[in-house]
Amino acid sequence: MDLNFSPEDETFRDEVATWFSENLSGDFKHVRYRGGSGDQSEMFAERREWERHMGRHGWSCIAWPKEYGGRDATLSQQVIFAEEYARAGGPGRTGHLGVELAGPTILAFGTDEQKKRFLPPIAAGDELWSQGFSEPNAGSDLANVRTKAWLEDGLNGKEWVIEGQKIWTSLAQFADWCFVVTRTEEGTQGHKGLSYLLVPLDQEGVDIRPIKQMTGDAEFNEVFFDGARTAAENVVGAPGDGWKVAMGTLAFERGASTLGQQMDFRNELYEIVEIAKRNGKIKDPHIRQRLADAWMRLKIMRANSLRMLTKAEKAELAPEALIYKIYWATWHRNLGELFMDILGDEAEIGDAAPYQLNGLQKVFLFSRADTIYAGTNQIQRNIIAERALGLPREPRGNT
Amino acid sequence: MNFAFTEEQELIRDSARKFLAEHATSERARAVMESDSGYDEALWANIAQEMGWAAMVVPEAYGGLGLGMVELVILQEEMGRRLACAPFFATSALAGQAVLFQGNEDQKSDLLGRIAAGELSASLAFSEPSMGWNLEDINATWRQDGDGFVLNGVKRHVVDGLDTDLLIIAARKEGSKGCEGLSLFALEGTLDGMACTRLVTMDQTRPQAQIELNNVSVSGSACLGAPGTAADALDKTLNIAALALAAEQVGGAQECLDKTVEYVKERVQFGRPIGSFQAVKHKCADMMVEVESARSAVYYAACIVDEGTDELAEVASMAKAYCSDTYFKCAGDAIQLHGGIGVTWEHDAHLYFKRARASRSYLGDPAYHRERVAKAIEAFDTSVDHFKYGGTV
Repeated sequence: MDLNFSPEDETFRDEVATWFSENLSGDFKHVRYRGGSGDQSEMFAERREWERHMGRHGWSCIAWPKEYGGRDATLSQQVIFAEEYARAGGPGRTGHLGVELAGPTILAFGTDEQKKRFLPPIAAGDELWSQGFSEPNAGSDLANVRTKAWLEDGLNGKEWVIEGQKIWTSLAQFADWCFVVTRTEEGTQGHKGLSYLLVPLDQEGVDIRPIKQMTGDAEFNEVFFDGARTAAENVVGAPGDGWKVAMGTLAFERGASTLGQQMDFRNELYEIVEIAKRNGKIKDPHIRQRLADAWMRLKIMRANSLRMLTKAEKAELAPEALIYKIYWATWHRNLGELFMDILGDEAEIGDAAPYQLNGLQKVFLFSRADTIYAGTNQIQRNIIAERALGLPREPRGNT
Repeated sequence: MNFAFTEEQELIRDSARKFLAEHATSERARAVMESDSGYDEALWANIAQEMGWAAMVVPEAYGGLGLGMVELVILQEEMGRRLACAPFFATSALAGQAVLFQGNEDQKSDLLGRIAAGELSASLAFSEPSMGWNLEDINATWRQDGDGFVLNGVKRHVVDGLDTDLLIIAARKEGSKGCEGLSLFALEGTLDGMACTRLVTMDQTRPQAQIELNNVSVSGSACLGAPGTAADALDKTLNIAALALAAEQVGGAQECLDKTVEYVKERVQFGRPIGSFQAVKHKCADMMVEVESARSAVYYAACIVDEGTDELAEVASMAKAYCSDTYFKCAGDAIQLHGGIGVTWEHDAHLYFKRARASRSYLGDPAYHRERVAKAIEAFDTSVDHFKYGGTV
């Protein structure tokens, strides 16, 4: 057990840090620290340009194979990259759903043609992705997907035709593509008969409507598919195997992408520590206990993920991977509450009319969603109890 | 960077788990609880001599194996699982560390040599009535008397204190204040003016003693290192012991979870195993989240300690605060989920609950350790580089 980085790793760190300090300057200086949690649409066009810039220099998806624009980075290098990105104030990644979810899913389950078609534009920052999983009646019960698709002859040969509605689709308003779980076998229920389709969003049969959330911003969307089309070959895995592929995508959510998230959390925690020092709340014994608790839990969250990722490198499914989501979500929601209590009366006061809130207020409000999306805390507990502890499965009603 | 055990470390864990499952049984713990002896002497002889665990963290120069904190927490975790009744923690994590950090070469050679050989058990007499765990609050005193010293005061909460061969006594120079004038004295056997009493402890698996010192004369060589210079050594010792105790708490909490999961799978009510009810499942899931996180805290802290950085105090406090809360929660939930049987003397749940309670305050409770972390946060400059060692947050 050894948490030291090798001399080669330290050389890599120097290379990364130098590149960020030279490149997050000039035209890109103003995107530093922009587009954080609950503020994903801030300076989107500029941040998208930054994503392209990283892609041009081979820094957008370092964990991917070299042939698709990555660097075959080791776990240590991914840890270092995340740390240096945060230290340099790298902005929220506009391409993260492609880099961290769509890309790894296509790498794991896609055909060579799909890899050649879809991976390079993600690496280049040219194509952005969104995630079409949840539906109005398929939230926690994801297998209850009703959006349907079938094959038809189209202008360019066989095409999937898609009908239905997705919801809570993050950043769809900016995305070029969506990976959509659809029911392609009529009359099937639950996990069976689902397919994982890759659907272009800029077309007639797709209508995207932003959902204004309690921060006043709109990060999520409803996406309506009304005769939307995609080529027959744009299915990942075999038709009917969509559930397996979708579960693969969810596993990547618990992967190395968590390292970057923790660094964002670290920046948020540092900010509130500085505020507490300035406004004197750091002397309040109760606040001190809560700050210490948040501080410790963030270190532990990181240790949890290093344990989990070390095992993932050895291709073991670690039970500790299952605790990750509930741990970070609960931590972040508690941090939001701590933000407000440290700000005290000032927590009420926003930045500008009509309803421009500051970053800490947005974290406080948006973090209420953290314990809901990607599996609520209640669903996470079911998953931990059933898969890690082997307790009996939930009985299912008729759907 | 590799945050997983090496093959050697896995071997240590597996052999410890196997040995303790066979020898550190509930029956033997209960036999100790019924007896006048503070620990299971046969178990200690096995552990210290045949298994060679007492040599584990003693440096090679003094006859030990020279292994590190990671190996110590591995053994502690396994002993916590089984509530092993032996003075391993007192000897290896408390007294042995104090000798290592404060003793001169002759003292280390003699005392650590005998500890490593499994010939000497030892404990540290640090706390006092109404004192807590701050060095500054030590009231017991020493004064020079010719070539020797005279000790006075009352030491309390000395784990295994009546049953170990060697006691390390913390005292301050008469009239000194704060961290000045602190010394450690190594005493073997009961000396004139010394009265040792076994306290009735709620947790009967780890006895505590009170040691009264009334003008006790000791030789000059009993003082570890130079007189009045023990503050740093004591501080390090308490930190390392806190981390070792946290590891024991992880083992105990894991056992509470395992036993509970086993029970709720078998216990049937309303025609279903109670483990199929979400009210029960979710409590078990919460236990697992905390146990795994507590384990991460301990392994992470142990790695930091083995790197020899200046973060020892902070990571030890992190581990002790977190694991104390985790163990107490899991031991309490284990009773709750076992229902009526969980509150009986016959079932082992109360043994874990009582150990969780005792270890929660021993060496400082969670609020005490969080306050120490808060002090570190206050002193922390958020603008400087803190990315060494796996990215210390």
